[in-house]
Amino acid sequence: MEQEIIIQIKDADSFYGPKQILKNVTLDFQAKTVTALMGPSGCGKSTLIRCLNRMNDLIPRFRFEGKVLYKGIDLYAKDVDITDLRREIGMVFQKPNPFPKSIYENVAYGVRIQGITNREFIDGIVEESLKRAALWEEVKDRLHEPALSLSGGQQQRICIARALAVKPHVILFDEPCSALDPIATAKIEELITELKKNYTIIVVTHNTAQAARVSDFTAFLYLGDLVEFGPTAKIFTVPQDKRTEEYLTGKFG
Amino acid sequence: MLKKNNIVKFKEMLIERLLLCCSLLSVFTTAAIIYVLLSESIGFFKEVRIIDFLTDTQWTPMFTNKHFGILPLLCGTLVTTLIAIGVAVPAGLISAIYLSEYATDKMRHIIKPLLEILAAVPTVVYGYFALLFVTPLLKQFIPGLSGFNALSAGLVMGIMIIPLVSSLSEDAMHAVPMGLREGAYALGSRKIQVAFKIVFPAALSGITAAVILAVSRAIGETMIVAIAAGQQPKFTMNPLVPIETITAYIVQISLGDTPHGTLEYQTIFVCGMTLFVLTFVLNVISFKLKRRFQEIYE
Ligand SMILES: Nc1ncnc2c1ncn2[C@@H]1O[C@H](COP(=O)(O)OP(=O)(O)OP(=O)(O)O)[C@@H](O)[C@H]1O
Ligand SMILES: [Mg+2]
Repeated sequence: MEQEIIIQIKDADSFYGPKQILKNVTLDFQAKTVTALMGPSGCGKSTLIRCLNRMNDLIPRFRFEGKVLYKGIDLYAKDVDITDLRREIGMVFQKPNPFPKSIYENVAYGVRIQGITNREFIDGIVEESLKRAALWEEVKDRLHEPALSLSGGQQQRICIARALAVKPHVILFDEPCSALDPIATAKIEELITELKKNYTIIVVTHNTAQAARVSDFTAFLYLGDLVEFGPTAKIFTVPQDKRTEEYLTGKFG
Repeated sequence: MLKKNNIVKFKEMLIERLLLCCSLLSVFTTAAIIYVLLSESIGFFKEVRIIDFLTDTQWTPMFTNKHFGILPLLCGTLVTTLIAIGVAVPAGLISAIYLSEYATDKMRHIIKPLLEILAAVPTVVYGYFALLFVTPLLKQFIPGLSGFNALSAGLVMGIMIIPLVSSLSEDAMHAVPMGLREGAYALGSRKIQVAFKIVFPAALSGITAAVILAVSRAIGETMIVAIAAGQQPKFTMNPLVPIETITAYIVQISLGDTPHGTLEYQTIFVCGMTLFVLTFVLNVISFKLKRRFQEIYE
């Protein structure tokens, strides 16, 4: 398998006010693979993944030091316009957060805000994105109904379709299944496996079985330190660090 | 031990009763007001046909040739309200968007109380401000402007209700979950797009409720229009001439020496009833919208 590094985190420290969360994290993500971020609650998984599209900028007291290189571009450089880059690095959140608009408008939103108005073009994107999110068959006859009328699992797939519509290269998932039932979870996992053919996927999960099922690489974080990183099979069978082993065997977390 | 317990129980019961009485007092007052308005209005409509009241374009209860058409007063109320809303809604919404989406916490803590001072100024001060400052000022640009007119009264009333619009709209926008904003940013939205395409529409029913409440406030506002808009019931939408609003008419007659029980006296209550119906309907709509808004996000 040809290896291409698409995102590199270099010496990342991050703080909320005076409190340091991430401690000198350095980590590379390979293109078109699934990397799982694991670790006990509060260890900084969300903080880390939200550094990759600078979502933490929205928090007033947040501070970041270090580098995040996306295709060689430093996302935290002064002259970078993060709004453009956020289209390439999409994100799906823990709690499904469809806009209070129709299914169609949810998926079309990211395209419309770029000033595109061509109806047929947008129709095409909406259909393609919903198909890729494995939702088209379920909603094609009710595209103009409110997205909030869908089930939680469907709402999450709307959010995935919405992210796909702006043609990202990377998709960040922050515990995408934690608010879903097992059947909806299985669908999302299947979808993630399918999406990895075309996209680089980084997924935060609490669920070790889920990480084992969907990911190629696993990073294990503990209290803001990157404890261990490597191919998932290796991490799960021969963990190098005692803390990883304890976490995987359910001793804490 | 048992005794002390009983005393506590008695105290609690007493407090409960007291609170109940207080809330019943306001319910009772409302009921009494409705009763008085209704009974006097019924007396009025025994002499004046409802159809005349609703369609006659003259309101001259004090003249020898009496007309009882509410339309001129309604027009006055409508013109001043429209002008006020024309000021308060854009200004209020812009400040709400600024406060909720752009201002830092520090700015918000400075600006919000400042805005709310506008609402704390006594309305009589606004009235004279309109009459003695705004009207002369406007006269420099609009030569045909009368000394009493709907325009300056409406403008000043608009300024007065800015905080009502802005603070309720800001509450509605503030209640829009952070997750929606994050979702929009994650798709490459700029701040202004998040504000106008996501937060504003998501808060729309709450904002509409705020606007309706502001309309209802403008309709009921009395002092400013009584002082600055004139006392001439006219069936016109011209904002440059003296007019009279429903509220101003009520003040005028109440202050005069109209004998009790006469038809002229009863006009006060008919006007009061009209106002009551208007604002009541608006408040109900506003309340319903607000509740729908809460249902979506709670
Ligand atoms: N906005 C914030 N302000 C201050 N501290 C925060 C903020 N967000 C998170 N934290 C703190 O940062 C630490 C890491 O949080 P983070 O959300 O990254 O953890 P996590 O690994 O995603 O946890 P979980 O599994 O519970 O989602 C926690 O101790 C948390 O209390
Ligand atoms: Mg988290």
